[in-house]
Amino acid sequence: MSRRFTPKVVSANHLVEGDAVWLTADDRWTRDMAEAELIEDEAVAQLRLLFAKGQPNTVVGAELVDAAKGTDGPVPTHFREAFRTHGPTNYVLGKRAQGLRSRGKIPGNETQNV
Amino acid sequence: MYKYNEFDEAAVRSRVAQFRAQVQRRIDGSLTEDEFRPLRLMNGLYLQLHAYMLRIAVPYGTLNPAKMRQLATIAERWDKGYGHFTTRTNLQLNWPRLKDVPDMLEALADVGMHSIQTSGNCVRNVTADHFAGAAADEIEDPRPIAELIRQWSTDHPEFQFLPRKFKIGITGSPHDRAVIRSHDVGLRMVRNAAGEPGFEVYVGGGLGRTPMLAQVIRDFLPQADLLPYLEAILGAYNLKGRRDNKWKARIKITVFENGLDAFRADVEERFERLRSQWSGVDQDILAEIRPHFAPPAFRNAPVDSYEAFRAANPVFRAWTDTNLHEHKVDGYAIVSISLKKHGATPGDATSDQMRVMADLAEKYGHGDLRVSHEQNIILPHVHKSDLPAVWQALREAELATANIGLVSDIIACPGMDYCSLATARAIPIAQQIALRFDELKVEHEVGPLKIKISGCINACGHHHVGHIGILGLDKAGVENYQITLGGDGTETASIGEKMGPGFAASEIVGAIERLVLGYLEIRRDAEETFLECVRRVGLEPFRAFLYEQEETADAA
Repeated sequence: MSRRFTPKVVSANHLVEGDAVWLTADDRWTRDMAEAELIEDEAVAQLRLLFAKGQPNTVVGAELVDAAKGTDGPVPTHFREAFRTHGPTNYVLGKRAQGLRSRGKIPGNETQNV
Repeated sequence: MYKYNEFDEAAVRSRVAQFRAQVQRRIDGSLTEDEFRPLRLMNGLYLQLHAYMLRIAVPYGTLNPAKMRQLATIAERWDKGYGHFTTRTNLQLNWPRLKDVPDMLEALADVGMHSIQTSGNCVRNVTADHFAGAAADEIEDPRPIAELIRQWSTDHPEFQFLPRKFKIGITGSPHDRAVIRSHDVGLRMVRNAAGEPGFEVYVGGGLGRTPMLAQVIRDFLPQADLLPYLEAILGAYNLKGRRDNKWKARIKITVFENGLDAFRADVEERFERLRSQWSGVDQDILAEIRPHFAPPAFRNAPVDSYEAFRAANPVFRAWTDTNLHEHKVDGYAIVSISLKKHGATPGDATSDQMRVMADLAEKYGHGDLRVSHEQNIILPHVHKSDLPAVWQALREAELATANIGLVSDIIACPGMDYCSLATARAIPIAQQIALRFDELKVEHEVGPLKIKISGCINACGHHHVGHIGILGLDKAGVENYQITLGGDGTETASIGEKMGPGFAASEIVGAIERLVLGYLEIRRDAEETFLECVRRVGLEPFRAFLYEQEETADAA
C-alpha cells in the first residue's frame, strides 16, 4: 500500500537572490510561506512541481515540501523548513531582516506565534 | 608572503572573465542549472539554505593587510558586512547575490586571491600550521612547500575530476597544530639521520561519517621528491578510488579497502616511473618561492615595558597567559586573536574587525596574518613591547577575549543556521556553552579543553577530534546532540568515542557542564588536563557524570 499523501508546498531558491521562495496558487513566487499554495492532492502536487520546474531561469531546486495548515496559511512541519522562513538564528538577517514573519516553530523560541 | 607572478595573475583574471560570462549565460537562460552548477562550484559558489555562499580560498591560512582589508571591503559592499572563517582556514560569505559574484571575484583578483578549487572533487586549499615561520618548535617553515603544492594542484589537468575532494595538510613542527592526520594526505617535515630535509607522509585520514586517522605510507620522503610522490598517490587514488558511492569515495576508504601495503606498493611503483619524468623544474620553482617567505627583519628591543604592564594589569596578564605562544625569536610572541567572544558566532569577524586586524598586522606584526583551523586569527610576529598597544586596540574592537585553547574557544561549523547539508544547528550550541562557562567563571581553572561541534555527520566542525565532540543530528524531526569524548587532533591524535544517547538542544549545555565540572572533581591535580584525565580514567566515570543524574530521576 502506498503511503498516504501529506499536504505539500512547492519551494525553491530564487536564482539571483538565492533566498527561499514558495509557489502561490496564482503562479507567483513569494518570500512569505503563508502565501504559498497548500496542495492536498498528490496529482495536483506533481503538476504544480512540473510547473515550477518549468521556470529554471527564475528558481533553482524546486521541490515538494511537507507543510500543514496554519491560521494564516501554510506552515512548515519540520524545523529545517521553519528556518527557511526565518533566516539564521545567530543574527537578524535574511527573512527576518526583510520584515517577514517566520512561520512554524523555531526551536528555542517557543513563544513564536504559529 | 607569496606574490603572484604574471602567470598566476593571468590565470586568475581569465577565470574571472570566464565565470562572468557563465553567470550571464545562466541568468539569461542559455545555461541550465545542471550545466551551471559544476561551473559555480569550481569557483567556490554554493547555494545554501537562505542564500548563495562564496567560499574564498586563503591558501595555507596566510593573509597580509591588503588582502584582509579587501575581504572586509568585499563583505561590506556585496555581502552583509561580516565573514566566517572556517575550519579549512578559508573565508565564507553567506549572502552574495549571483549577479554580484563576478565582481566579487574580480575584487579578489585585485589582491591576488580567488575561490578556485574551494569546492568540487579536486585538491582543495592546502592547510598548514598557523604558526608557520614563527613557532619556537619548528624545524622548517612549511609555507613554501604549501605554495608549491598550491601551484602544482591548481588546474592540474589530471586531478580535476577525482573520485572525491582531496585535502592536504602540512606541518613543519613536531607538535602538530595542523591536524595532519585528519587529511587525505598529511605531511610532516622531518630530517633524516644525515640531516637532510624530507617528509613523513601520511595517507588516508578523514573525518566525516567514517572517521579515520591517516597512516604512514612513507616514513622519509626526500624533499625534492614531493611532487612526483604526490602525483603517484593521487594517480593511484584516481584509478582505484570508488566512484559508485559518494560515501565510499574518499582515499581513506580506498586505502582501507585495498590495504595500506597494497596501496603503498601501487604508489611506489608509480613513483618510480614518474620520478624520472620530473626534470627538476619544480625545485627551480620552489627556489623562486622561498624568498617570498623569508623571515621579516626582527628587531632587538627591550621588553621591560611589556613586563611592567603585565605586572600592573591583571586583565592584560590573563590575555597574555592564554593568547600568546612562544616565538622562535627572543623578545617576540605569537598572538592569537580570539574570534570566540563569549556568546558570539565562532569564526565570524565584521568588516570593521577585519580592518582592525589588518592595521595591527601592518603596524605591529610585520604585515603577516594567519587564519587558524580553530577559526581564530593569528599575528605571528609581534614584538613583546608592542603587546600592550595591540591588546588595547583589540579590546576596543571586542577582539581581546582571553580564551585561546579554553572551553569557550569552540570550533563550530555553520550548521543549520546556514548550511543546506546540516541536520541541526551548531552555532547556538557554541554560543550557549561559552556563555554558560563565562557565567561559571571556571574556564581558566579548567584549562586546555577543546570542544568541537558539527551540525551534521560530514564533520566540518571536526567533532571527532574534539576532547569533547558534539554532533548535531535530526532525531525524528527534533535537533539532538551526540557527545564523543577523548578525540585529539595533534601528534597524539585519536578519534573520540561515543558516550551514549544524545541530548536535546535544551539539555546539551547542562550535559557539557556536568562533564567539565566532573573532570574538576576527579582530575589528579591542576596539572592534569581534561584529555589526560580522560585517557587515565577512561570513559566510564564521564558516562556517569552524563547519565547518572537522569537514571536517578527515572528511578524516583
